[in-house]
Amino acid sequence: MRLLILTFLNGLTLAALYFMVASGFTLVFGLMRQINLAHGSLYLLGGYVGYEVSQMAGSWFLGVGAGFVAMAVIGLLLQTLLFRFMEGQELRQTLVTIGLSIIAADLMLAKWGGLSYQFDPPEWLFGSTPMPIINAYPTYRLFLLGVAIVIGVLLWFFLTRTRVGMMIRAGVDDRAILSASGVNVQLVFAITFAIGAGLAGFAGVVGGTALSIAPGEDSRYLLASLVVVIVGGMGSVPGAAIGAVLVGLAEQFGLAYTPTYGIMFTFVIMVAVLAVRPQGILGRRA
Amino acid sequence: MKHKFRRALLAAALGIGVAAAAGAGAQEIKIGALATLEGPFAVPGQDSMRGVELALSEVNYTIAGKKVNLIKGSSNANPDVAVNAARKLVEQDKVDILIGPLSGSEGLAVKDYAKTQPNTTFLNGSSAAQDTTLRDPAPNFYRFSTDGAQWMAGLGEYAYKTKGYKKVAVVAEDYSFPYTQVMGFMVPYCAAGGKVPEKFWVPLGTKDYSSVIAKLPQDVDAIYVALGGADAVNFLTQYQQGGGNKPLIGGSITTDQTVLAAKGRIRDALIGTPAAGPIADSWDNPKWKAFVAAYKKKFPDGLPSPSLFAHAYYVETKAAIAALEQVKGDLSGNQAKLRKALSSLKLDTPTGMVSLDENRNAIADMFLTEVAVGQGGTLYNKVVKVIPQVNQSMNMDKAKFLALGPVSRTNPECK
Amino acid sequence: MSAVLPAQPANASGAVAVGRRSAARPYHFIVALLLLVFPFVASDFWIVQIGAQSLILGVIALSLMFLAGYGGMVSLAQMTVAGVAAYMIAIFGVSTTGSGLGWPWWAVIPWAIAIATLYATFVGALSVRTEGIYTIMITLAIGMATFYLAQQNYTVFNGFDGFKGLEPPHLFDVDSREPLPFYFLSLAVAAVCYFFVLYVSRSTFGLSLQAIRDNARRMRALGYNVTLHRIVAYSLAGLIAALGGVLSVWYNGRVSPGSIGISPIINILIIAVMGGMLRPAGPFVGAIVFVLLQTFAIDFIDRERFNTLIGTVFFLVVLFSTDGLLGLWERVRVRLTAPRAGVTSGQRDGAEGQR
Repeated sequence: MRLLILTFLNGLTLAALYFMVASGFTLVFGLMRQINLAHGSLYLLGGYVGYEVSQMAGSWFLGVGAGFVAMAVIGLLLQTLLFRFMEGQELRQTLVTIGLSIIAADLMLAKWGGLSYQFDPPEWLFGSTPMPIINAYPTYRLFLLGVAIVIGVLLWFFLTRTRVGMMIRAGVDDRAILSASGVNVQLVFAITFAIGAGLAGFAGVVGGTALSIAPGEDSRYLLASLVVVIVGGMGSVPGAAIGAVLVGLAEQFGLAYTPTYGIMFTFVIMVAVLAVRPQGILGRRA
Repeated sequence: MKHKFRRALLAAALGIGVAAAAGAGAQEIKIGALATLEGPFAVPGQDSMRGVELALSEVNYTIAGKKVNLIKGSSNANPDVAVNAARKLVEQDKVDILIGPLSGSEGLAVKDYAKTQPNTTFLNGSSAAQDTTLRDPAPNFYRFSTDGAQWMAGLGEYAYKTKGYKKVAVVAEDYSFPYTQVMGFMVPYCAAGGKVPEKFWVPLGTKDYSSVIAKLPQDVDAIYVALGGADAVNFLTQYQQGGGNKPLIGGSITTDQTVLAAKGRIRDALIGTPAAGPIADSWDNPKWKAFVAAYKKKFPDGLPSPSLFAHAYYVETKAAIAALEQVKGDLSGNQAKLRKALSSLKLDTPTGMVSLDENRNAIADMFLTEVAVGQGGTLYNKVVKVIPQVNQSMNMDKAKFLALGPVSRTNPECK
Repeated sequence: MSAVLPAQPANASGAVAVGRRSAARPYHFIVALLLLVFPFVASDFWIVQIGAQSLILGVIALSLMFLAGYGGMVSLAQMTVAGVAAYMIAIFGVSTTGSGLGWPWWAVIPWAIAIATLYATFVGALSVRTEGIYTIMITLAIGMATFYLAQQNYTVFNGFDGFKGLEPPHLFDVDSREPLPFYFLSLAVAAVCYFFVLYVSRSTFGLSLQAIRDNARRMRALGYNVTLHRIVAYSLAGLIAALGGVLSVWYNGRVSPGSIGISPIINILIIAVMGGMLRPAGPFVGAIVFVLLQTFAIDFIDRERFNTLIGTVFFLVVLFSTDGLLGLWERVRVRLTAPRAGVTSGQRDGAEGQR
């Protein structure tokens, strides 16, 4: 019983982290049909930047903000200087972003070394919450869950209730008509990419606080984002939420009850979904 | 036209490459150093190189009148990569002696490679998997550092008898080095009467321990944690947040400086944690202190104190230097004289005397430590006991020790 | 429907211009001569570490090129297929890990190739309904799942440590462990695969495959069994990769999960893309550049920054050329030869050399 509840909570909170990282990715692909395989690098870089800022300023919250803003700016630059000229060429974008991620990973290794960095969040956030049956549960993971829900709601609000959101959704459905109706599509793209990248950076700090940041986390979260987004459906934020919950629970239950092979579950799910319903649960056929 | 010119250029480049490869002077000794300069052990890897450089700079890079040419190779804990790097050092750069690798599974692979290169002498770096020398050893592979089981000397008994832990759960990484460490802990611990009801093996590089923590048995007295420093911090933090409060027992790389420098509540949980290994940061011994001082002087931006990786590579390099001096740099006849010198070498190191057994594995002193609070409130590893001259069968009867079988996820067991 | 790769430009009659490159030109003979003569003048290290390794990596990357260039399907599972062949050799053959079944080489080799090809067919069956980026992802996921299986399982795959002490067989009194015989063995396999791919590309099957790549709907309407064609393509590519895998396990003398992890998978992609995915010579060009960079970058730049170097080279190649280094070379060649040639052939060459 104890194990069941713990595993369920672990799965849910892990799903929260995956959702945060994957939401930006799915937004970018949904609109711009753009695969950004440097998304994991944005996560890690956001984490490092957030760490430096939080150390310098002595405030964890400032670090979080810095992670978001810094990555949003980089996202903006990437979109306007690079991706704008590669629209429609999926394979090329994939390859270029792979190249970028290799370079970024190595440069980050050069700058910050192989150490793992631990953040310094406020005490009240980093203790344990007493709970029935299971005794106690890390407060921070519950916080993660809360943050993910807030982000999900905010994103939903942004997409469905604001003008820009409306344009983004229109773009997902039909980019050509959107452009024909006079919307500055490039601007919308830039904003979307900036938000997507910023979300990655934000997740880098918030997620990195839970699990520390080190070289290698970029590929781990990239792969996790890919799985979540594929399962949920590219371009759908609710899909990303469902995908994250499925993947998070599967991973944790797999690790708890079949520890040796639990680690394979995420990929097996991805293969199964792609083989049977390639567009994902809530996705639309390309 | 252009093609022919290009081809000629390529041929010329090839020719130069070949010549350069063949060339180098017979008046120098080439030493290759292989460590994990990338991947999960990048930081220990850098420190290992410092150990080599420190040893070589003590003799001014000159042995028996010949200059030493140090060539570095890089791996990432992956055995295939280590063998490729070793190949380049041995076959392309033509080193006379190769010192390395760093990680357990790499050592097993390089040992096998050494068998195919009888003309080169291989000295270990810090790789500490047992079977690198215990089973099927290579005649030209020498390990002047000790293996993971030797590092655990004294800990098992200490945990049972002095600390009174009757039941212990194990959390360790899933590859050859932690298997060796766990065996080194469990064999004496179980023999004394202890029980290990469950072992949790996590893939190397795991950051999320929530599933392991969820399954830790409630009725154990302590948890033996054989994880690398940074992973140990993650585990401890998550464990504490989940309400866990059992005392810990540390593996040799667990209570290192990264862990001891951690802030927050886990600091208090660490005080009193016993561990064991080939060095102890704060040993009050003149030779050790001189070594630490020399390290700090030469590497002001190195670690606060040399790690066991720096120490291991330092000792191996010192062994190479001593043996080379003994034979006056004579590498002729397939390095026969050098190998003989190495096998019978008795080396004085900052941590005591080191000599080799018949499998060319080291016999050396080991340190049993416990985490204590020092000056200014910082944590350090206090020396509880120095266990003298531990051999590869942990000073047990060799036949009995071999009969225990090779280390694995399920060997040894004592539920 | 997104075009994954730039389509081969059609010449005047509308047929896809393919196979023209196979017309023998002077530099083909020079390359062949060089490949045959070079081992007699080079050191052992160059023969094996540079020569044989490039050929082996080239063969595996060739299987990716075959699927991607002719089939329009970028599969990241080719290295995994090669790895499966390697593991089969280790599990069923002789190794010093002691857990091999010890089959003799003439049984192990065909068996390993058969199993790996079967595995590739299985991958194909799973991936056949996907396109573009989804194909990349599903094959990557299959590759990663296989990697974790090999890493976590000790009974069959021997986990993290894998198998060691694997050696090529002693055939006809020639010890193929020696550098020269091994090099020529690799060269022979590479040549066979290269010409096989060329042959297939001009065969009915190959032409249908390329037509499917260009417009699957039309082919379906014409009555072709698109799914079957694609799966067969995966099998053929798997066969090539399996050959590469067998050679690679002999080259390394060992196999472990690290041989089929994310890094080797991406490396094969880099090699194929860098060299150029429209011609079978591409993967080999990519392989030699990669191996040279990997071996010697360490001596010239700050050794630890090898990844930045290879990443930058890859990035630049992908940014500026859609057909890798061969495409860049093609453009340079066109610019140099166009003024001399007549208008017609110059135009045709020009059209081929560009997107």
